[in-house]
Amino acid sequence: MPRMNMIEAINSALNVALAQSPDVTILGEDVGYFGGVFRATAGLQKRHGKTRVFDTPITECGIIGVAVGMAAYGLRPVPEIQFADYIYPALDQLVSEAARLRYRSAGEFPMPITVRSPFGGGIFGGQTHSQSPEGVFTHVAGLKTVIPSNPYDAKGLLLAAIADNDPVIFFEPKRIYNGPFDGHYDTPTVPWAKVDDATAEVPEGHYTVPLGKARVVREGGDVTLLAYGTMVHVAGTAVAESGVDGEIIDLRTLIPLDIETIKASVKKTGRCVIVHEATRTGGFGAELSALVQERCFYHLEAPVQRVTGFDTPYPHSLEWAYFPGPVRIKRALDAVMKD
Amino acid sequence: MARTKTAKSGAEIATDMHPDLAFQTFTASKDQLLEFYKQMLLIRRFEERAGQLYGLGLIGGFCHLYIGQEAVAVGLQSAITPGKDSVVTGYRDHGHMLLCGIDPKVVMAELTGRAAGISQGKGGSMHMFSVEHGFFGGHGIVGAQVSLGAGLGFAHKYKGDGGIAIAYFGDGAANQGQVYESLNMAELWKLPVIFVIENNQYAMGTAIARASSEVHLYRRGESFRVPGIQVDGMDVLAVRGASEVAIDYVRSGKGPVIMEMMTYRYRGHSMSDPAKYRSKEEVQDMREHNDPIERAKKALEAMGVGEDVLKTIDKDIRTRVSEAADFAEQSPEPDPNELYTDVLVGSY
Ligand SMILES: Cc1ncc(C[n+]2csc(CCOP(=O)(O)OP(=O)(O)O)c2C)c(N)n1
Ligand SMILES: [Mg+2]
Repeated sequence: MPRMNMIEAINSALNVALAQSPDVTILGEDVGYFGGVFRATAGLQKRHGKTRVFDTPITECGIIGVAVGMAAYGLRPVPEIQFADYIYPALDQLVSEAARLRYRSAGEFPMPITVRSPFGGGIFGGQTHSQSPEGVFTHVAGLKTVIPSNPYDAKGLLLAAIADNDPVIFFEPKRIYNGPFDGHYDTPTVPWAKVDDATAEVPEGHYTVPLGKARVVREGGDVTLLAYGTMVHVAGTAVAESGVDGEIIDLRTLIPLDIETIKASVKKTGRCVIVHEATRTGGFGAELSALVQERCFYHLEAPVQRVTGFDTPYPHSLEWAYFPGPVRIKRALDAVMKD
Repeated sequence: MARTKTAKSGAEIATDMHPDLAFQTFTASKDQLLEFYKQMLLIRRFEERAGQLYGLGLIGGFCHLYIGQEAVAVGLQSAITPGKDSVVTGYRDHGHMLLCGIDPKVVMAELTGRAAGISQGKGGSMHMFSVEHGFFGGHGIVGAQVSLGAGLGFAHKYKGDGGIAIAYFGDGAANQGQVYESLNMAELWKLPVIFVIENNQYAMGTAIARASSEVHLYRRGESFRVPGIQVDGMDVLAVRGASEVAIDYVRSGKGPVIMEMMTYRYRGHSMSDPAKYRSKEEVQDMREHNDPIERAKKALEAMGVGEDVLKTIDKDIRTRVSEAADFAEQSPEPDPNELYTDVLVGSY
């Protein structure tokens, strides 16, 4: 089976989707002629033509607004927002239109739009190229939020998202596009092609990974770690270094959330650490924490811990003091294991 | 549409412009031209050095160089009143800052993310500010600074301090919706704002004609009645001449103006851009025939300025830039506690 990095896997998914349905279109800044700043759409315009894979002006509100209109008329647009940090001008269209058109038309208008956007830190991008705004979207009823952590899932989840008849925000953790990140900034990234990990093996053709199904990345009996995107790998490092028998769950989709898998794990381990890069207050970790205590209260041996970004903008310098790396996760593991 | 070729660049510059804004090339004295030359050269050498520091890994993340576009900011900012007028721009901001009189040391130290940087290392290349020097950023979000520029203009008018706002943005940014919301308000309320479109022909990898239905960006204000002029932005004297007229118009209370500066960036969009979307010949042609610094140099030579004088200038500037680079390399990183300061007024 071919090995792909996440960019290649996403490119492959888009290629398959374009070939499968004439309703699929790709639009965004520099996605056509140039093939995307991260090369995720490289070659697609050549293969599928300029009417289906095309460049837009720099106009995020317009990009999403146009895509919503296209979707309301039955197309299946896959707009790209070049960095998640630029999605805010489009927020109005996403929140007031994409998320609600189905509801206020009593199901008349489906909204099969998939917004792809690289997100997250660890690339020295400072405050306008590092954010993790997933919590903004999980808070909005009517949107799905998907975040892959490896090439296999990236392709399968993206194909599932494009086939889905609801609006999906598809955040791509750009720190791990080329290879997984162990959380230690000074160790060089090993490319996906070279890591000993089956998730880098990606079928050429069509397959899907269903939305709403988490993956148990590592089974363990001591504590459940809930993570997604880059932090799945960072959590893996922390578990390996701490010697704690952690069970790591990659959520894969935040909405819909696979609460059953979470519940089963926490009931088994009695402990839970939640890890995300995003700022803490009102972040998705808060929601997870609430759900765990609602569903697993009588099984908990210790208070649920969150390891998150600090409640500050993403800094330019001191990135590695800011980034919730293995040291901070280990501290949380220690804390839950002590109780 | 009336158009004429400029003598040197061969670029077509429109002539069908607002009668109140008819402008002529500035006639500079030798000293004035020397000053423009020094300022352009300072920016060029500063940017070249920033590029080197980036290559050495001392500057990380995103860094956008202004090389090629120097005449725009020099021609315009040499005509405003420092301390009275306000300047705001996007992420390609180092040059505009130097022209506001900000010390190259604290700019370079911000690029390297050090405590002595003008934003204490928290902002980086794209996010720098100085109230003292009337510089309001440094903004990484394309188009955001344009509305801020309108707001700055409003504040100048409200306070009656006689100042004006200069809001710079790119040909790509010119397609953001908030630009048009701002143009409408600025004209409606007759705000003293110059909207400066630095048309360097590309927005990242997208050539202007692939993203703009109207590529003559000086006309982008027409439906709001905002007059516009197009200027050869590779000629510092043309920019200065046009700027004086625009500044007079805006300062006298007639409302905003758009200046479309026809310019070119030599380097990639940012340090990580191999610039494969345009030919080497295109860039080379601009450098050879149209370089703003070379043009000024030739004019100076024609005025009788000797090679020795020009050499001394270059040497002095290189020394200044080296000092800035050393400072930026040697300053310590911010204290980790600084991560939590300045999020809100108080701590929380
Ligand atoms: C809202 C937003 N969208 C997209 C980007 C990514 N981006 C940064 S610069 C740029 C191109 C801007 O081109 P232009 O306005 O012509 O300015 P130039 O870089 O040529 O100076 C893009 C697309 C961004 N920073 N912010
Ligand atoms: Mg441009």
